[in-house]
Amino acid sequence: MSQPFAKLPAWADYGLLPLINLIVAFFVAGLVVLLVGESPLDAAVLMVKGAFGSGDGVGYTLYYATNFIFTGLCVAVAFHCGLFNIGGEGQAYIGGLGVALVGLGLGGVLPWWINFPLAIIASAVVGGLWALIPAWLQAKRGSHVVITTIMFNFIAASIMVYLLVGYLKAGGTQAPETRVFGEGGQLPGLGWLLGLVGLNMRSAPLNVSFLLALVSAFLVWVLIWRTKLGYEIRTMGYSPKAARYAGIKEVRIIVITMMISGALAGMMALNPIMGAQHRVQLDFVAGAGFVGIAVALMGRSHPAGIVLAAILFGMLYQGGAEIAFDMPNISRDMIVIIQGLVILFAGALEHMFRPTLLRILQRLARVKHQPTPAVATEGGQ
Amino acid sequence: MAEPAIELVGIDKRFGAVHANRDIHLRVEKGTIHGIIGENGAGKSTLMSILYGFYQADNGEIHINGSQAKITDPNAAIALGIGMVHQHFMLVENFTVLENVMLGVEGAPLLKRGIAKARAELKRLEQEYELDVDPDALIEELPVGLQQRVEILKALYRGAEILVLDEPTGVLTPPEADHLFRILEQLKAQGKTIVLITHKLREIMAVTDNVSVMRQGSMVATRKTSETTVEELAELMVGRRVLLRVQKGEANPGEVKLSVENLTVRDSRGVVMVDNASFTVRAGEIVGIAGVAGNGQSQLIETVAGIRTAVSGRVLLDGQVIDITGAADPGELRDRGLAHVPEDRHHMGLVLAFEEYENSILGYHDDPLYLNGPFLDIDAIKADARKKIEKYDIRPSDPRLKTANFSGGNQQKIVLAREIERDPGVLIIGQPTRGVDVGAIEFIHKRIIEMRDAGKAVLLVSVELDEIRSLSDRILVMFAGRIVGERDAEASEGELGLLMAGVENQEAAE
Repeated sequence: MSQPFAKLPAWADYGLLPLINLIVAFFVAGLVVLLVGESPLDAAVLMVKGAFGSGDGVGYTLYYATNFIFTGLCVAVAFHCGLFNIGGEGQAYIGGLGVALVGLGLGGVLPWWINFPLAIIASAVVGGLWALIPAWLQAKRGSHVVITTIMFNFIAASIMVYLLVGYLKAGGTQAPETRVFGEGGQLPGLGWLLGLVGLNMRSAPLNVSFLLALVSAFLVWVLIWRTKLGYEIRTMGYSPKAARYAGIKEVRIIVITMMISGALAGMMALNPIMGAQHRVQLDFVAGAGFVGIAVALMGRSHPAGIVLAAILFGMLYQGGAEIAFDMPNISRDMIVIIQGLVILFAGALEHMFRPTLLRILQRLARVKHQPTPAVATEGGQ
Repeated sequence: MAEPAIELVGIDKRFGAVHANRDIHLRVEKGTIHGIIGENGAGKSTLMSILYGFYQADNGEIHINGSQAKITDPNAAIALGIGMVHQHFMLVENFTVLENVMLGVEGAPLLKRGIAKARAELKRLEQEYELDVDPDALIEELPVGLQQRVEILKALYRGAEILVLDEPTGVLTPPEADHLFRILEQLKAQGKTIVLITHKLREIMAVTDNVSVMRQGSMVATRKTSETTVEELAELMVGRRVLLRVQKGEANPGEVKLSVENLTVRDSRGVVMVDNASFTVRAGEIVGIAGVAGNGQSQLIETVAGIRTAVSGRVLLDGQVIDITGAADPGELRDRGLAHVPEDRHHMGLVLAFEEYENSILGYHDDPLYLNGPFLDIDAIKADARKKIEKYDIRPSDPRLKTANFSGGNQQKIVLAREIERDPGVLIIGQPTRGVDVGAIEFIHKRIIEMRDAGKAVLLVSVELDEIRSLSDRILVMFAGRIVGERDAEASEGELGLLMAGVENQEAAE
């Protein structure tokens, strides 16, 4: 039996549906805020103001968004190959080693504009190599990447603690973090960029990694939709059988895709380490690898969507911090709940409203096409 | 006249922009076999899904035995005495026949009494309709013909008075199909009403009393079978005159292009799928492999096309050995002039989520013609796709349209255009017209014969015996992985049917 196809028009699929999901998520979040005795409206105003109301607010929002763009792209690239890379967290964490190598080694020697490309390469290589092992296991042994990449997150975390406590820690301190990088290991901020639109950024850590994230998003688009490799990745993702038929080598594509994915996650480490803290700290990824999954889901694995979704999550992070600061009843954990709701509705329950929306649009279309119901006139006989 | 078993009045159903059923009127008399034919996508399956409660009609009424019925789900349909035998069986493979039949109507939390009752009822049904199956046999150990019988028993056990069969003969050998038709006659004689959905005109003529034709969502005609002809039905289905017989001249075979020697293939579980098969295909001839689905034909052509690996044997393309024991690479074989139209165009031959032009280079995406260094030359690919769309009359003629939105026939044309336009020396083609409408079948058959006449070697696999007989110059029959016989194109259907059922020459001669 052939299934009749029925789908939403593109504008509803990519615009209306995510919007509805978002509104519902905020609505439910509002109920939670109401429950703890605060005004949801005030909270919403605080959030938007906190995220976009000042130069520093915007700076922080985009700083967080930078992390999420990298990790979102990491998840999306693997998605296109039919792989679910949950290991962005670990790949980004380990990628920090690459940044540390350049920052500690050359930070006092070379200027930032030489160190930056070197650190990009180092973090991408380290992140990519960290993804290579699960990729190889998947391609050659059939071990599922979801399982192996999760486990590799734990391994990465343990290795980083071990290295930071045992080897990388600066002498004479108790904190498990490296010494501060030299001048050349610190990326310039983007205050001038916000200055162009009349915003004044004083202390926010927004830095040139944000521009790198945007360039990466564009390059991922080129890779996926405009290159032969991207064509092979998508063929594999949609139909491994068709890929086999087309003579595409499965092992090669899985390994390359996962390494690109891991490299993108690794590059995320540039932003907090070289851009903000100028040293490697414990747990500097802070869950961005997992947020990347939600960002990729919400952005439909398209770089443009990912940039927008990343900015939305950046707003939740920054605006949420402001709410926690101004509303004593709302703690930091409350913000996590709100973020969780957004992930729930925009990610996991992404398709919940689809059938309803489809029905409504169909009814509207029918009314438009057929002003009067067709009258049965002619029988089959 | 008695109340009709089914009467549909003005059934209308839309899926978004697709008008699947337009104002359908249908009257199925009690105690008759009523055929419904139509091309793929004509709306037959949608109509039957509405009757069985999978979908709700937007407009219209359903009357069962004269009274209006509201069928909200399959349970409501079963309660009204409607039973459905699906094209793909809905059986639990590792349950016995008895367990499958009583599944969902066990009667009580404890099974003992239910089993006894079911066993008695099954026995009665078997005797009444000559539907004999061992109730304690496991489904997975039964041949498909018997599995289908279990599906019919399931429907009867639930008290079905109206039986809907969706493409029931697709998986059967000709003798099995004949047996099925005898069962249907028996059911009819007992007063049951049968609706038979099929695209095979011959079956309609053989077994039905009345036939309704659907085209593009509309019911275009209903005829008494005795008062119509195959030609008229075909014309009604397509909306224009169709050439049902393939016209082709004498074959003019040249040198051997493809040679398969003692090929043995196992599947991932180690079961022998192709057993010591040997044959050759010459330039300028079509060699057809007949057989019931699942007898190793798929594995055979996939191995020759480099998708599967073989355990032993040799395959020679133009006298040069193909590595079939490990690193067989479909890409390399394409470069050597072997094109392959796979059986499973939905998962293998095409990526349905791709736009049409993206599929027009699948497998040939390494060709510098389509590339600018590492980048795809989108303009060149689209221009090339447009040329093929025009030449093969692919509709809609939009290379940017998602492939899933093309009809089966047009999807197949996308694959054919891609493979044939590379001008290969050898063409392997599996199920060229499965799920393809009558109009496109004619077109596809013509192309295959053109390939032969241009001196190409064609290896054809199809489960449609008619197709094999009308296209092939030589016919090989596969059964249980072995090639059990070779016949020329004049072989009778009965002879081939026996070979397909595994009856060897000596036995057939008795």
